[in-house]
Amino acid sequence: MTARAIWKGELKIGSTKVPVKLYSGVVDRTVRFHILDDKHLMRVKQHMVNPDSGDEVTNEEIQKGYEIEPGKFVILTDKDLESLEPEPSREIEITEFVPPEAISQQWYERPYYLAPDGDEKAYFALAEALQNTGREGIAHWVMRNKPYVGALRAEGDYLLLVTLRNAEEVISARDLPKPAGRAPTQKELNMAKQLVGLLEGEFNPADYKDEYRERVMEFIEKKAKGKAPKLHAVKTKRKASSLDSVLEKSLRSLRKEKRAA
Amino acid sequence: MVKTRARTNRRSEEDEEQAGPRPFWSGTLTFGLVSVPVNLFPANRSSHAHLRMLSPEGEPLSRKYYSEKTERDLDADQMVRGYEIDKGKYVVVTDEELDRLAPEKSRDIDLKTFVPEESIPPVYFDRGYFLTPAPGSEKAYKLLAETMEKSGKAGVATFVMRGKEYLVAIFAEHGILRAETMRFPDELRSPKDVGLPKKPKVPAATVHKFEKLVRSKSKKQLSPTRLKDEQTERLLKLVKKKSAQRKNVVEVETDKREEGKVIDMVAILKKSLAGKA
Repeated sequence: MTARAIWKGELKIGSTKVPVKLYSGVVDRTVRFHILDDKHLMRVKQHMVNPDSGDEVTNEEIQKGYEIEPGKFVILTDKDLESLEPEPSREIEITEFVPPEAISQQWYERPYYLAPDGDEKAYFALAEALQNTGREGIAHWVMRNKPYVGALRAEGDYLLLVTLRNAEEVISARDLPKPAGRAPTQKELNMAKQLVGLLEGEFNPADYKDEYRERVMEFIEKKAKGKAPKLHAVKTKRKASSLDSVLEKSLRSLRKEKRAA
Repeated sequence: MVKTRARTNRRSEEDEEQAGPRPFWSGTLTFGLVSVPVNLFPANRSSHAHLRMLSPEGEPLSRKYYSEKTERDLDADQMVRGYEIDKGKYVVVTDEELDRLAPEKSRDIDLKTFVPEESIPPVYFDRGYFLTPAPGSEKAYKLLAETMEKSGKAGVATFVMRGKEYLVAIFAEHGILRAETMRFPDELRSPKDVGLPKKPKVPAATVHKFEKLVRSKSKKQLSPTRLKDEQTERLLKLVKKKSAQRKNVVEVETDKREEGKVIDMVAILKKSLAGKA
């Protein structure tokens, strides 16, 4: 089954243009629940009410306000908000290329595949060029009245556009104080280093599966048939012991596992 | 999505009675046999362009759920969560059931694998959370953070949090641990799923031309202005201009507006890292 394109645009690098179609790169597999009222088991509706009177305020009556001081709002009309919208455009402008490490993991938001839209040669040549140079392009575009920033990168033979968060949205660890508390000893650091070393590996996504999702769906199916299994409460118990001895124990048991493997 | 909101509502009511917002989640990070109790807080803040819905008189409004049948507003304890098995037919699933469906070991973030930080493709990353040490676990926390930061490794694990299983990569930066939730492989499409065409033969000269173009526009760093939220800046400018005129401004008593208040996540994090929360 082929997916449907959600948008069409044109990559613009200097004066070079590459027409593309945009496809979502993700499928949401979250188990979706609805909120029901417990008496009628019917879906609930939402509305806005005045918290004092409990009276409903209809969409036509609602005003939007920006809070400038506690309790003080500047009213913004629909016209005001429209005036803030960026100019519609089909252009995805690539302003610069950077090495991947210039982009923090915290900025990546959502991936989209790009497909060629009339000029396959240019599309695949650009993907290959990004692959060969190991760079990512910084893209700016406007889609459905919203401005976006993204990273253009090669994924195999293809082009991928990953939206990036705004700088203001992301809290950096550099803006936070280091955690309080006593520093670990050199002995502890050595043991922890060995421990992490024993657990080193490759990122292999196929190793990870959402088992809980399957468990929830299985339970729902059984419950629908009136055969819900009895579930028992989970107790969490933890015993405290000294960091030193736990590290030593961990290293011993991991080394044993390694030898056995 | 919906489910989370129902829970969040319940939480926010509880939170109002407490001094500050509680962590998004509290749990345990383990590596080897070492366990580090931690609190989890969002590493993102909402944009500054947060607009409130107001009544014609300027009163901030609240969002309420109501029953279509009775047309009455519902409190959190009058609502349940249902999975639609047939049109209009639901199986009710309680918080308790969702909780009990997670085996004990699935609730810990058990770091069984450490991978090179840059080896995880960015398409996996979804959302970031800071981990702060729970009281008493500062030493083990600092040990893990320092060790990981020095080695340039990220720890990978799955765990169940608030009714959902997450795949996470734990990074250490500036002595602080951060969890990036990731998409599971079956949540990512492949080029084949999308129906992308096979690569045709591409002349080396065309590739070369693009390589030259890429190199000519290459920079070592990403200039921060590239990630500026220009729409919000425009909004703030307009707000400032409009605020000069009385007729554009409404004022209400402040004590009523608990809901929708903007949370200062940085202040909360600072407190938690200092061991004061």
